[in-house]
Amino acid sequence: MRVEMKNLSKHFGRVKAVNDFSVILNDGELVCLLGPSGCGKSTVLNMLSGILPVTGGKIYFDDEDVTDLPPEQRGIGLVFQNYALYPHMTVLGNICFPLEIQGLPKAERIQRATEMAELVHMEGMLHRKPKELSGGQQQRVAIARALVKRPNLLLLDEPLSNLDARLRLEMREEIRRIQLQTKVTTIFVTHDQEEAMSISDHIVLMKDGFLQQHDDPQALYNEPANQFVADFLGNPPINNIKGAIHSGFFVAQNGDKVRLPETDGAPEGVKVHLAIRAESFMMADEGDESCLHCTVENVYQLGKEEMALLNFGDTQVRAYLSFDYGLKAGDEVTLQVRDRGVFLFDLETGRRYA
Amino acid sequence: MKKQNRTRSLLGTVTYVAGIVLALVGSLTWLFKETGSLPFAVGLVAVAIGLFLNHSYKTKVLSLRGIRYFFLSVGALIMVFPFYWMLVSAFKTSAEMNLFPPSMLPKNWRNFNNFVVAFQTAPFARYFLNSVATCLSSVGITTFTTVLAAFAFSRLKFPGRDVLFSLLLSMMMVPFEMLVITNYTTIVKVGLNDTIWALILPFTSSIFYTYILRNFFVSIPEGLYWSARVDGCTNWRYLWKIMVPIARPSLVTIVLLNAMASWNSFMWPLLVIKKDINRTLPFGLYTFTTEVGANNELLMAASLVVVMPMIILFLFARKQIVSGVSRGGIKG
Ligand SMILES: Nc1ncnc2c1ncn2[C@@H]1O[C@H](COP(=O)(O)OP(=O)(O)OP(=O)(O)O)[C@@H](O)[C@H]1O
Ligand SMILES: [Mg+2]
Repeated sequence: MRVEMKNLSKHFGRVKAVNDFSVILNDGELVCLLGPSGCGKSTVLNMLSGILPVTGGKIYFDDEDVTDLPPEQRGIGLVFQNYALYPHMTVLGNICFPLEIQGLPKAERIQRATEMAELVHMEGMLHRKPKELSGGQQQRVAIARALVKRPNLLLLDEPLSNLDARLRLEMREEIRRIQLQTKVTTIFVTHDQEEAMSISDHIVLMKDGFLQQHDDPQALYNEPANQFVADFLGNPPINNIKGAIHSGFFVAQNGDKVRLPETDGAPEGVKVHLAIRAESFMMADEGDESCLHCTVENVYQLGKEEMALLNFGDTQVRAYLSFDYGLKAGDEVTLQVRDRGVFLFDLETGRRYA
Repeated sequence: MKKQNRTRSLLGTVTYVAGIVLALVGSLTWLFKETGSLPFAVGLVAVAIGLFLNHSYKTKVLSLRGIRYFFLSVGALIMVFPFYWMLVSAFKTSAEMNLFPPSMLPKNWRNFNNFVVAFQTAPFARYFLNSVATCLSSVGITTFTTVLAAFAFSRLKFPGRDVLFSLLLSMMMVPFEMLVITNYTTIVKVGLNDTIWALILPFTSSIFYTYILRNFFVSIPEGLYWSARVDGCTNWRYLWKIMVPIARPSLVTIVLLNAMASWNSFMWPLLVIKKDINRTLPFGLYTFTTEVGANNELLMAASLVVVMPMIILFLFARKQIVSGVSRGGIKG
């Protein structure tokens, strides 16, 4: 099912949780709703499911306007962070419950619930109570319960945040597998960028209730729309160096220059951040005027390469550099930047120039 | 050296155990007769000597436990004794009742004469029926209204909800005796005094139980509600299929407390009931007391009839009560 949100907004009194939010999701996609805590992810989800009425804007499922439809008429499957299983029912009872409400005959209920349990690999535990299951197993049951009535849209609100690191890794692949198998359009809320990058077709990045960027994971990383997107994605975080634009060069506060391939839109003299990904540094050629003078503070061995923690003026810079240079603390190095993974943002507005 | 040690600790254990037995026997006889203080004291000394002779870790733990159980047993005996006395007295003849020192057991357990006489002297069967009817209907209706109100105050969103709830809570400050006056005038004005309705209608809701149940309902994660709603579950169905089963321990506790209060209520029936046939058991027992005077065995038989249903109820629901009291909420 295609989902369209048009100028959606939600205000709680004076708190503006979601503002002018417009996104279109295609049929069968898994889309991650990503953003820091409190940015309005759950609020968007709750408006989609009908739990919260919207303050403004419209929601369309395919071409139907569902903005004012009550939750039960939207055909949605919902999974919460704490799974929200019915504690007094068995796994089978939990998965059957949505069908029971629909008034399906018992035999069919059980048959469909069992199929669902097989899909999430829980067929061996049908008669256990939720409290006899591990977190990951409860999670699977919650997903099965959400999917058993064959919803058009599956909404998952931080479904993995109660699990330990290894189980999270496993479960996110599991969720992706189930989603691909059922082809249900899915929205997955998370504040973990790695989770979002690894399983989604598209990522919707939010901040303070505003949409920042809606794109596929690679594009989000390679072409961030603004300073926030660049800062939010990537590990180690992107390096920001303060400076200004002078005749086609970025000039840092200490006078070091970086030649820019394109500075379109960046007016002469404007104060900017040069944002450089850790992997976009290299050693400068001898005599190149475009270079940054840094001091090595520390070097970390990360398997196949080294990461150096450097000081550029009073800014800390993290860079992946090859073993070959044999860097050690206290060394002076001159670095150059590559063409990819280097961006120019307005210092005040965060707007991207290049 | 080693051997000497072992004999010493063995001697200690024996003295210790003997001391405990002696102290228990002594205290028991002391409870019922005037003698027995001496064995009790000797027993205590023996315990002390035993502990001194054998001071291994195991004995220390055992003796601590022994002391604890000793006091607990004495407490339990004191608590149970009135019930025991009622039970045995109900089966005694009036001659046995007047024996001194009193006998601990009736001569004949199959002496049901007291019950027969009691039931003939006063319409206890009728009282019993009245009690059962008022108890069942008031507890039933109260539970129903409590569940509905608790749901409304915990899950439904309507303007003024919290104000209304605090208003209700503040009403709990009003003592029952004050409500009695207004309730009485109301019942008289409606013309229901001296009917069984006067016993039921004023007790069909409870702020206190609503408060307890609401708090339990609030502790049930909201996610459950919305999961169910998104699946098409109505409020009504959610309440009875999800919330009530989850809250069962609390509900059972509420029902039991309510049933006991209703069964034992005395002051209110005394006020509104005049006719003999409309009396409930506690009230009937009270008038019976004045009628039979000093015939304690009859009184005890009647009392047994009054308390028996509650005791049986308690025995059946014992586990539920304990888990209901000790378990406040559920894990999220
Ligand atoms: N019922 C409410 N009343 C008032 N403010 C609310 C309410 N619900 C949410 N908010 C506010 O709206 C904003 C967005 O909340 P929301 O729960 O959508 O954040 P989120 O992105 O899901 O965060 P998290 O990752 O912590 O779950 C927050 O500032 C929050 O304080
Ligand atoms: Mg949230």
